[in-house]
Amino acid sequence: MTFDAELVFSALRALTPVLFAALGGALCERAGVFNVSLEGTMLTGCFAAVAGSWYTGSAWGGVLAAVLAATLFSAILAVGAVSLGADAVVVCIALNLLAVGLTGFLLRTVFGTQGTFSDPDLKGLEPVDIPGLASVPFVGPALSGHSPLVYLSWVAVAVTAVLLSRHPWGLRLRGVGEAPEAAQSLGVSVTRYRYAAVLTSGALCGLAGAQLALGNVTLFSENMTAGRGWIAVVAVMLGRALPVGVLLAGLLFGLVEAIGFRLQGEGLPQQAADAAPYVMTLVALFLATRPAFRDRRLVRRRRPAPPATDAPSHPDPAATPLETAR
Amino acid sequence: MTDLTDPTRDGGRSPLAAAAGIARRAVVSPVTVSIAAALLLGAVILAATGAAPLTAYQAILDSAFGSDGISDTLTKSIPIVGMAVALAIPLRAGLVNLGGDGQLVLGALAAAAVGLYSPFPAPVTVVCALLAGVVAGALWAALAAVLETVCGVPLLVSSLLLSYPAVSFVSYMVRFPLLQKGSGIPQSERLPDGVRLPEFAADGGLGTGVSIGILLIAAAAAVFAFVEARTAAGFELRMTGRGPRFAAYAGVDRPRLTLRLMSASGGLAGLVGAIVVLGFPYRLTDGALTTPGYTWTGLLAALLAAASPIGTVLAGFFFAALTVGGFGMEQETAVPQQLTQVLQALIILFLAVRTGVFAKGGRFRRRPAAPPPPTATAEDPAGDPADPAADPAPALGGR
Repeated sequence: MTFDAELVFSALRALTPVLFAALGGALCERAGVFNVSLEGTMLTGCFAAVAGSWYTGSAWGGVLAAVLAATLFSAILAVGAVSLGADAVVVCIALNLLAVGLTGFLLRTVFGTQGTFSDPDLKGLEPVDIPGLASVPFVGPALSGHSPLVYLSWVAVAVTAVLLSRHPWGLRLRGVGEAPEAAQSLGVSVTRYRYAAVLTSGALCGLAGAQLALGNVTLFSENMTAGRGWIAVVAVMLGRALPVGVLLAGLLFGLVEAIGFRLQGEGLPQQAADAAPYVMTLVALFLATRPAFRDRRLVRRRRPAPPATDAPSHPDPAATPLETAR
Repeated sequence: MTDLTDPTRDGGRSPLAAAAGIARRAVVSPVTVSIAAALLLGAVILAATGAAPLTAYQAILDSAFGSDGISDTLTKSIPIVGMAVALAIPLRAGLVNLGGDGQLVLGALAAAAVGLYSPFPAPVTVVCALLAGVVAGALWAALAAVLETVCGVPLLVSSLLLSYPAVSFVSYMVRFPLLQKGSGIPQSERLPDGVRLPEFAADGGLGTGVSIGILLIAAAAAVFAFVEARTAAGFELRMTGRGPRFAAYAGVDRPRLTLRLMSASGGLAGLVGAIVVLGFPYRLTDGALTTPGYTWTGLLAALLAAASPIGTVLAGFFFAALTVGGFGMEQETAVPQQLTQVLQALIILFLAVRTGVFAKGGRFRRRPAAPPPPTATAEDPAGDPADPAADPAPALGGR
């Protein structure tokens, strides 16, 4: 097996759904909502993407449908966990199963087929060649020719990173996650920010689903997310809920999946290739073990700071913009 | 308003009035209301897709409890109730074991391997195969517990992530080393004659196909119920479920508790896998344990019962009936059987948002001081501690 542009290409393609979902998960984590419904929300997005593309005859119609459906789906979590005080984990487990059942049910009733729906007339996302870049050796074939959503995911990383670290919205969001009472007392609506985080994560999962069902392949099959949403949950943990960290964690997963797929062509049993990303994420989690993991406060520190001043100072960065916002 | 009348009824000497009070409370319990709400929403979904809701529900009932269906329901109860009890064990202490699939298939693989290659006589082999299943499942689950307690990976994630490689490994073993030669189906060789769990006689009123594995599951549930209610370990378990911090303060060794609960949970899951392999068709088939989603149905059943031992068995039986009924409904009315999966998920969703029982000790303790929405206040009396169904409140904060 050789490390070539094609491998990077397929790694980036495998990364995209995980990356979108993990960005959504990171936003929720920062807002203090433990969102493990990424898997089900992404699956909902996959189905809506295929249905949307099929009925509008345009891949972008599918993307729009995926974003809307997944946002709506995640609204259940927002209402349940944020407004009604239900346990987020229970709601998420139910949502994941609801997505599997509902998409299977709709596949039968809407498309009249079982297992997989694919059709030559189903429009997928067209690859985009980046002018100028395509002719550069190695970099060109690796980075150019992806679906537009792949590039959008990179933009999303940058936007999320800047938003979280520099924009007042991001600072308030982090404040809501780290010290809800403090944020509330400063007039920041905890409910509103948590709703925003959960709904945005829904939209991002919709994009993840659209990329999976219309970009990586052009079909819908039952349970096609196959654990990617859970990989995204792990990516959030590994990446400490930082957009760039999430990107790196996702890249690791993408590379392992691409390498596994490549080795499968060279005689590796398919089951070993299937298991590889999960084993890899487990190993990575194991290696990344830090005391910070033990108390589940993944997002306490944003940048290395002297430990003594860290804990007392962390409400401060959030406080300034909160105050100025009033 | 029911809650206002109930105490007076219970206070009266008449047992009839007390029974009426209990019945009344059962009717307005969050569980009943959630099931009703889910059925109602399911009916809306059915009507929206052009099917007749009542006909569909009638078909579910008929095929689950009809003369032909009841033995199917009992057979399906073995894995579903088994997994429900297995997952309820840690859930009672607020720990979520999402790795049931891995523990289940590893137990099945261990049992199949022992069954095929054991040099002992058949009855001994059956016992060895069951034990091997228990050990395999328990070890795999214990690994997830160690990952949480030593490495700090949340149990929810560690158990689930371990599940995928296990499922892949078993799939590989079935498709290559254990594959039955000459058949196109990915299944192992048939277990030797006699290496199987006996079935109840066809004339016994239960119909055929129900293996005595159901007694093993019942025994496991009884042991769980006894340990939970009557022993010191059970007290620690319940205390941790209701208040993890209080339990820690009271001296409960959480890592040790996690390890024991996960081992018990995985062991029972492995036993379920072994029982399935030792029942008809007496072989391990790839996907036979994971495709029907026993783990997830079982987890939902455990959540529905808030992991109380007896309640979990009843909920598991209910979901098994729903699953079997779904297949019958599909044959009779062409409504896809996935509907029952949707119904199960909806029941848990309604339950979770309606009672708020699950919220206690959860991540949202620090909710804003904003006045809670009117719905939540109105429902609060239902989550009253006097309500038997609202009792256990596993604080699912333990991740």
